[in-house]
Amino acid sequence: MYMFKYVMKRLGLMLFTFFIIFTMCFVLIKLLPIPTNALPGQDPEIVMKTLEGRGWITNIREGENGVWEYDRVPILLQYGIYLKRIVTQGDFGIVTTYGEYLNMNIWEVFVSHLPPTILINIYSTLIGVPIGLGLGILAALKKNKWQDQLINIFIILLISVPSIVLALMIQYVFCFKLDWFPLMMSTSNEYFTWEVFHSMIPAVFALCLGSIAGYARYTRAELSEVLTGEFMLLARTKGLTKRQAIYRHAMRNSMVVIFPSILSEFVSVLSGSLIIEKMFGINGVGGLYLNSITFQDYDFFMLLSGFYTLVSLTAGIVIDISYGFIDPRIRMGAK
Amino acid sequence: MMDKYNLNDIPAEKFQFAQRTDLYHDSKFETKPVSYFQGAFRRFSKNKGAVVGGIVIAILVLFAILAPFFTPFRPAYYDMVYAYVTPKNNLFANAGIDFWDGCKEKNTNRIGFLKDQALAAETGRDIIKNGEYTVSEDGSNYTYRYDTYYGVGFGKYKIISQAEFDDIQRYQDETGRQVLYPVVKLADRPTLEKNKYDANIYYKVENPSVSILRPQVDAEGKIIPNYWKYDVTEENNLIPEYNSLRIEGEDGIQEDGKQYYYAYGRKVDGGIEVRAEYYEYYTYQHNEVLKDGIEEPLFLFGTTQTGKDIFACLAYGARFSFIFASVVAVVNFIVGVIWGSISGYFGGKVDLFMERFSEILGSVPTIIVITLLKYHMGTASQALVLFIAFFMTGWIGMAGRTRMQFYRFKNQEYVLAARTLGASDARIMFKHIFPNGLGTIVTSVALVIPSMIYSETSFTYLGIINLEAGNTTSVGTLIAAGQQSITANAGYVALFPCAFLVLLMLSFNLFGNGLRDAFNPSLRGSED
Repeated sequence: MYMFKYVMKRLGLMLFTFFIIFTMCFVLIKLLPIPTNALPGQDPEIVMKTLEGRGWITNIREGENGVWEYDRVPILLQYGIYLKRIVTQGDFGIVTTYGEYLNMNIWEVFVSHLPPTILINIYSTLIGVPIGLGLGILAALKKNKWQDQLINIFIILLISVPSIVLALMIQYVFCFKLDWFPLMMSTSNEYFTWEVFHSMIPAVFALCLGSIAGYARYTRAELSEVLTGEFMLLARTKGLTKRQAIYRHAMRNSMVVIFPSILSEFVSVLSGSLIIEKMFGINGVGGLYLNSITFQDYDFFMLLSGFYTLVSLTAGIVIDISYGFIDPRIRMGAK
Repeated sequence: MMDKYNLNDIPAEKFQFAQRTDLYHDSKFETKPVSYFQGAFRRFSKNKGAVVGGIVIAILVLFAILAPFFTPFRPAYYDMVYAYVTPKNNLFANAGIDFWDGCKEKNTNRIGFLKDQALAAETGRDIIKNGEYTVSEDGSNYTYRYDTYYGVGFGKYKIISQAEFDDIQRYQDETGRQVLYPVVKLADRPTLEKNKYDANIYYKVENPSVSILRPQVDAEGKIIPNYWKYDVTEENNLIPEYNSLRIEGEDGIQEDGKQYYYAYGRKVDGGIEVRAEYYEYYTYQHNEVLKDGIEEPLFLFGTTQTGKDIFACLAYGARFSFIFASVVAVVNFIVGVIWGSISGYFGGKVDLFMERFSEILGSVPTIIVITLLKYHMGTASQALVLFIAFFMTGWIGMAGRTRMQFYRFKNQEYVLAARTLGASDARIMFKHIFPNGLGTIVTSVALVIPSMIYSETSFTYLGIINLEAGNTTSVGTLIAAGQQSITANAGYVALFPCAFLVLLMLSFNLFGNGLRDAFNPSLRGSED
């Protein structure tokens, strides 16, 4: 029961934090001047009417020299309208300045860009987790032997070389010099064809190298600590072979720490990596976010920042909560 | 009964008074006391990786501080003609080593080779390094080391003013270096617009109306110059547009028993159209006109797509990164320590409130903070935006660490003793608790510097922050430029900023780990 209470408490706190951040973003955005300039080919009256329809401005009138005048709606009222639309209609607004998707539903544009981001990250997790865990386990079992030292050098190098450089090197060597892969990811919507998968490989590779090193380091540290535990000695004494003792006792105990980090990484795959997305031209959420910044499309920015905040908050509490579920010794929130 | 151990009566003379000076007190330690920081230093210097890391960091910092003083180039400098010029170091170039000499491997067909050869023949430059080249068996493919500096040749025809023309004449006479070369008569030039003003084509071509021109060669395989020449002896109208000034000592050529002079300029709207060899013209321009300290085109790390000097950009970018990261780290340290110590020391409701506040602020992704600040501070300096954003998200970590240290020490006996003796809160906080946590906190400052530099690099790479307007640049901007240059086969553009970043991260990791171990007193003596 305390577990349920703890989870509820954490969830409640998380939603509270999220609400505050979201409100803060909204207010700060609404303090900015409203972009009322019509793009070429747009009727200024339609632009003004759209903004009025969204509930951002009111009382529009055409003044002298064709300059439109309007009154601002109080920010809290705007926030009310905005939340009401989201809750009742799932409506996050329409694109106002981001040329490519002009007048489209923001939510639909957003959803259509999710698959590449998520796919890349899922592939990279699928590759990264087994390799990382495997390397970490090998290093821990062969501690201070040459295998361990080799893996250690590999880990230090991968962790120290920033992903920006790593990705660039991969792009230069595999996509340009050897010409095995295209330089940029294919923009086709058929995500499960060989062509698209092939063009994704360098990005996946760049993304998983870093997490391989992270998992390997983590696993090595945890497992080598568990291996020195007294219960391991007991397990050997009562007649288990080394293999049995490691599989049944050491691994399981080291997973207590490793598993939550995998879970949280899995949650954060949603937000992807801006750098990798930009470098390999992935048509995902990251690119959308960067463009919405350049175009100053505020509704877009609101949705995406809410999304990023939610993902990072969730990833944070997933770690804490899963600790409690996996390891009964950890009584979270218990007095 | 009397034996060795039971002495019944000992003769009085056997007793002696001990000297007062012989009184044996606790002796002083012969060894010197080792203070916390001395011990930390000793442990640190035993860690070879950390020491090497520290040295590399020192070299990088020195580079960032000193390099801007030694290079005449600035981040704002650019020269589109010298775009994608490869790295050149005079030491290597003069020693004839095929590395770092401003050359690159060039693979081309016969036309491209002839053009380079023609340019080399006219200017006397080593455009094809040492004149060495290999031809594929069918004669269609030529491979040689191509000098990217001299290979630029003349670029386009340049229009200069009469005053500049005269000044170049003066410069040529004084230094004996030839800037201006004979021009080709407009009517003799190729017909297509893009070739007509290409000053590199001074020779006769086989078909002047095609896009890719094939130089005409004579029976000996030599290029035939197509210069505009006029007969000196005749006072005729061969040179109706502009009677070129000639270079001193240039006596023209003898042909068919007549004396001819070359025309070195052509009068056009707005000035004189000349063929100026860009290498010499650049030298003249920077030494005589701009006087900006640039002596000759020499780019140690090469240039980018837009002709920026990578060395200068990297040096200024690194300097900015270091200064920026240190300033942010110091500010974060001060604010974080004050916040964390108050929160940790007083605990209770104060702590709860302060923790919630920093937790919420800390959950806002940095990128969102930066974007919001950028919107609100539209015209302000981007460096300031970056600074505020990093401050807003950065001090929280520091505060958390300080708070932990305060929780660790605040209930220990010596603190209670100090309180009993009447020490004030401020005295306990900063005299008794803080110095004990200082090692851990300082280590974390050292560890956040590389991560700060890395996130600054990421944001400039993503283009969210652009420091170029502030007359500096960033390693991230350079890496973005390097990525675009991959397809132009100019890998070196990305090489230097990447190498800088990798070296920095690697050495900071080693250094930080060493520092962390050194400040951990429980490891004391474990390596002895």
